[in-house]
Amino acid sequence: MHESGCAAFAPFAESWKTQMRYVKPESFEAASAVLVAEQGIARILTGGTDVLVMLKAEVVEPDLMVDIKHLPGMRDIVSEDGGYRIGAAVSSAQLGEHAGVKAMWPGVVEGAELIGSTQVQNRATMVGNLCTASPAADSVPALVTANAIARVHGPDGARDVPVVDIPIGPGKTSLLKGEFITSTYLPARPDNAADAYLRFIPRTEMDIAVSSAAVSLELDASGSVTAAFVALGAVAPTVRLVPDAGAALIGTKLDAAAIAGLVAAAEAACSPITDKRGTIEFRTKTAGVLAKRAAHIAYSRAGGKT
Amino acid sequence: MKMIPVETTINGDRTEFLCNSDESLLDVLRDRLGLTGAKEGCGTGDCGACSVTLNGRLVCSCLVLGVEVDGAEVETIEGMADGETLHPLQRIFIEEAALQCGICTPGILIAAKSLLEKNPDPTDTEVRDWLAGNLCRCTGYDKIIKAVQKAAAEMRAA
Repeated sequence: MHESGCAAFAPFAESWKTQMRYVKPESFEAASAVLVAEQGIARILTGGTDVLVMLKAEVVEPDLMVDIKHLPGMRDIVSEDGGYRIGAAVSSAQLGEHAGVKAMWPGVVEGAELIGSTQVQNRATMVGNLCTASPAADSVPALVTANAIARVHGPDGARDVPVVDIPIGPGKTSLLKGEFITSTYLPARPDNAADAYLRFIPRTEMDIAVSSAAVSLELDASGSVTAAFVALGAVAPTVRLVPDAGAALIGTKLDAAAIAGLVAAAEAACSPITDKRGTIEFRTKTAGVLAKRAAHIAYSRAGGKT
Repeated sequence: MKMIPVETTINGDRTEFLCNSDESLLDVLRDRLGLTGAKEGCGTGDCGACSVTLNGRLVCSCLVLGVEVDGAEVETIEGMADGETLHPLQRIFIEEAALQCGICTPGILIAAKSLLEKNPDPTDTEVRDWLAGNLCRCTGYDKIIKAVQKAAAEMRAA
């Protein structure tokens, strides 16, 4: 779901409410043009698992719905420069069925596969999750630690934007009017590299993360960490990359001191809220624990032995 | 209101309908096409009572727009039996009393069929996991899981 236009509340809105227009543009250029020309509220439709719920609840009453999932490459996963380009309309289920992506970026896939039921998995997309811009978005932390790049199409053509720079606050993205994401790129990996994603929820399935952590590691032949990325979810207004937490692991084999440094840096990066799902203290504590556990899983997946 | 023409295939039959841009596939099925097997429980993709398949994928029809199914293939509970002959899942759900009020049953049958097409020999955990998006407030689920496993066994033997 992309922010576009201004949702001003009008008195007697019901009386001059017009029917939402639904368009299926023939190209990315046409999609961008129709979004630029729209004076009212526009939304992008791919999986619809957020936008149609908001439509139903009348949280958002779009004037224009732009369906882009039929456009070229939107539903494709293709190899590119040793990595993978994932079309913006690829569902979580389709991603989970792709052996190549699963082998190279298991943490990214497990994040996407945690979202919703079988029915939702068959429609929901990582790009939709990214553009809904929930701080608790399950597919985003591992995209951030993968250094994934979003390809954004807009009035001036395509540009590449790191995924970490797309959400700027709860429900808000950095995308400009007329812009939308057409794919995300997961870069190539060296041998001895892997990632992992974990979240805390008070039951086993189908809930919103109270806190979450993704860790991506690269190891050398001896098992020492040569590159480490750590991102936390649901503990700040956006998913947060924590460079200090990654730095604490570099040059180590995840010994106790390195893990203590990771946990301290992760906790220090948290600025969560207290709500019915968890307190500030609980979210901060669990984020550190999840970062530690995800680091061990990623390390083991990368072939490291502690 | 300007209605939008849609051409689709439902249970193998080519179907045309007119609908509004913000109308869900569930509303189209029930109110325009008279296919009332899919039920509206929550209307927000949580309960699974409106489950259908769209191009072979299990979805909640309340979270699909009617206009989105132009050119697509939709399968609903109405297409599950072969004439008067019930699908093994349908027959065994009755034999095993895997339903009480029945509101969730069409969605669960469609979801279970979709599972067995993908995985003909699931574990109980896999059945429960697959059906986690189909809520039943009556049965406690145990009879549903047993019925799915019995049908799976019969279908594997066939």
